[in-house]
Amino acid sequence: MSVTAAFDRARAEGRAALVAYLPAGYPSVAEGIEAMRAVVAAGADLVEVGLPYSDPVMDGPVIQRATQAALGAGCRTADVLRTVEAVAAAGAPVVVMTYWNPVERYGVDSFARDLAAAGGAGLITPDLIPDEAGEWLAAADTHDLDRIFLVSPSSTDARLAATVARCRGFVYATAVMGVTGAREQTSQAAPELVRRVRATGTTLPVGVGLGVRDRAQAATVAGYADAVIVGSALVDALASGPARLTELTADLAAGIRTPLSPPPASI
Amino acid sequence: MSTAGHGSDAAGQRPDATGHWGRFGGRFVPEALVAALDELADAHAAAMADDGFRAEFDAMLREYANCPSPLYEARRLSEAVGARVLLKREDLNHTGAHKVRNVLGQALLARRMGKPRVIAETGAGQHGVAAATAAAYLDLECVVYMGEVDTRRQALNVARMRMLGATVVPVDTGSRTLKDAINEALRDWVTNVDKTHYLLGTAAGPHPFPAMVRDFVRGIGVEAREQCLVATGALPDAVTACVGGGSNAIGAFHAFLDDAPVRLYGFEAGGDGMATGRHAASLTGGAVGVLHGARTYLLQDDDGQTVESHSISAGLDYPAVGPEHAWLHATGRADYRAVTDAEAMEAFALLSRTEGIICAIESAHALAGTMRVVPELAAALGRRPTVVVTLSGRGDKDMTTAGTWFGLLAEGDR
Ligand SMILES: Cc1ncc(COP(=O)(O)O)c(C=O)c1O
Repeated sequence: MSVTAAFDRARAEGRAALVAYLPAGYPSVAEGIEAMRAVVAAGADLVEVGLPYSDPVMDGPVIQRATQAALGAGCRTADVLRTVEAVAAAGAPVVVMTYWNPVERYGVDSFARDLAAAGGAGLITPDLIPDEAGEWLAAADTHDLDRIFLVSPSSTDARLAATVARCRGFVYATAVMGVTGAREQTSQAAPELVRRVRATGTTLPVGVGLGVRDRAQAATVAGYADAVIVGSALVDALASGPARLTELTADLAAGIRTPLSPPPASI
Repeated sequence: MSTAGHGSDAAGQRPDATGHWGRFGGRFVPEALVAALDELADAHAAAMADDGFRAEFDAMLREYANCPSPLYEARRLSEAVGARVLLKREDLNHTGAHKVRNVLGQALLARRMGKPRVIAETGAGQHGVAAATAAAYLDLECVVYMGEVDTRRQALNVARMRMLGATVVPVDTGSRTLKDAINEALRDWVTNVDKTHYLLGTAAGPHPFPAMVRDFVRGIGVEAREQCLVATGALPDAVTACVGGGSNAIGAFHAFLDDAPVRLYGFEAGGDGMATGRHAASLTGGAVGVLHGARTYLLQDDDGQTVESHSISAGLDYPAVGPEHAWLHATGRADYRAVTDAEAMEAFALLSRTEGIICAIESAHALAGTMRVVPELAAALGRRPTVVVTLSGRGDKDMTTAGTWFGLLAEGDR
């Protein structure tokens, strides 16, 4: 399934989509695949497969620990592609979240080709800004992949417009200035960032990530965004076992189905 | 003499407006940092164009940091090496290394930008101590990230930083060394970018860091060029330096880039030897990729995962290198070679015994490499060459390592 189809389905049901991040290879390649299939079964609309990397500068301690463990257990780029293939077969669209060097090392066009062949829908690139993405923009076109760039509260309007123009699939709004990790509260800056993205005139869905950890926060974000992106909280749950992972995913899926009304525009 | 050595020349036109030297450099960073990098790039450009800033920086280098550093003709060493060796004595700077130039420049810039807090990464603690020094001097809050392994290896430098009023944060992620300290500093910066300047310790990282750090350290070469002309009546045949992240080397090279006859040699840490895989030679033993915000050469495996570096010298123990060196390597303007731990320690001893100068082990790599290229140079020139060797720092910090290497410590001291 494509990313667009998943968002269309959620929209048709009058709700936001739930995007679930889990790293490949954690705790093992096979268990990682099982976990991703489980979150799809429990209500995730889209899976972000993290490619474990030695220097994850955007990630907080939870995801760092998990991806380090995956690397320690021998997870390779080929295992990530294998994971994509196995999860895509489960019926949800799969995008890969990856730092740039592993893709560059693989060969940008080769990676795009093999990702597409595995049934992957696209890439989220946390340390690749469109300014440096010439080769990837071309490869994504060649292999019909979505390219999801990040926007931030600190992005200027001009940068927002330029970045959104190069996105396909959806736009990833990082809700807080900071790294991945569950926080007590979701950011007040997020609704404003979503508003600014929409003000560029884009029709792309806007997903909000960084900081969502429970049903109430999912409901809050679902009140103003097209997708609720959850990472660290799911990784934490998986660390406590598959049952906890399923339970949290179901909670989050319930949250996006009971959105809170958007906060006033003034905050 | 201007100690900061500002001023433009043809080489000064690089990088381009987006921070690229050919395909190297650029910005491979989270979008959240772009606004801060733009702000820094603008502030750097404005400061460089501002006579007031340059005068203040010059005065700080002169009055506080003891610059310009001497260019010292090492007569006994010259005998031993077979070349006329001129040592650029950065070891005599305040804090004992070239790094003081970079930290004073960046701290001054941070103050100008209205950022009350600076953060820094450090490996052995040299840059951390320098950053803490500049922060104390300019009244800035300072937080230093240091790999947990390194805080134990370099307890004395941790104490120095704390003495200077800095907070030292041990980093226990990844390999718990320098590269992970950089990751953690970047994470802090993403989170606190409003009030914080990231005082990066070498001429690497995303644009504008490589060009900015270079501009703050290029006085090394500007001074050496003038001093060499005065002392010898001619330019040197070669300029040499060690290469970790690349700041002392680009500082030494930059003023000579347009002097085509002057050969430039950068010496990387060859560790146990290139064949063993245990080294830190990213240009001579690595491949092109992206790390810490720039496209450059780095040590990586087939999957693009960073490979840990190894060197007896903590300051060279870094798996990547600044993008301008990647460019100078790819274009052939500078010649990069690897020097093993053993070669460096031999040169360390030679300099100690012939000149009474105990240099940093980093700098000993520059001397060891120089000794290796002198016969080639002499053959090519048909005469005894004149070489400027960048002595990037002093060796006090390295005496435990040297004492162990040469067996100079009593059993109980080791
Ligand atoms: C004395 C000395 N020389 C050289 C270096 C290497 O750094 P760079 O290559 O940036 O000059 C260091 C780094 O700590 C150092 O302390």
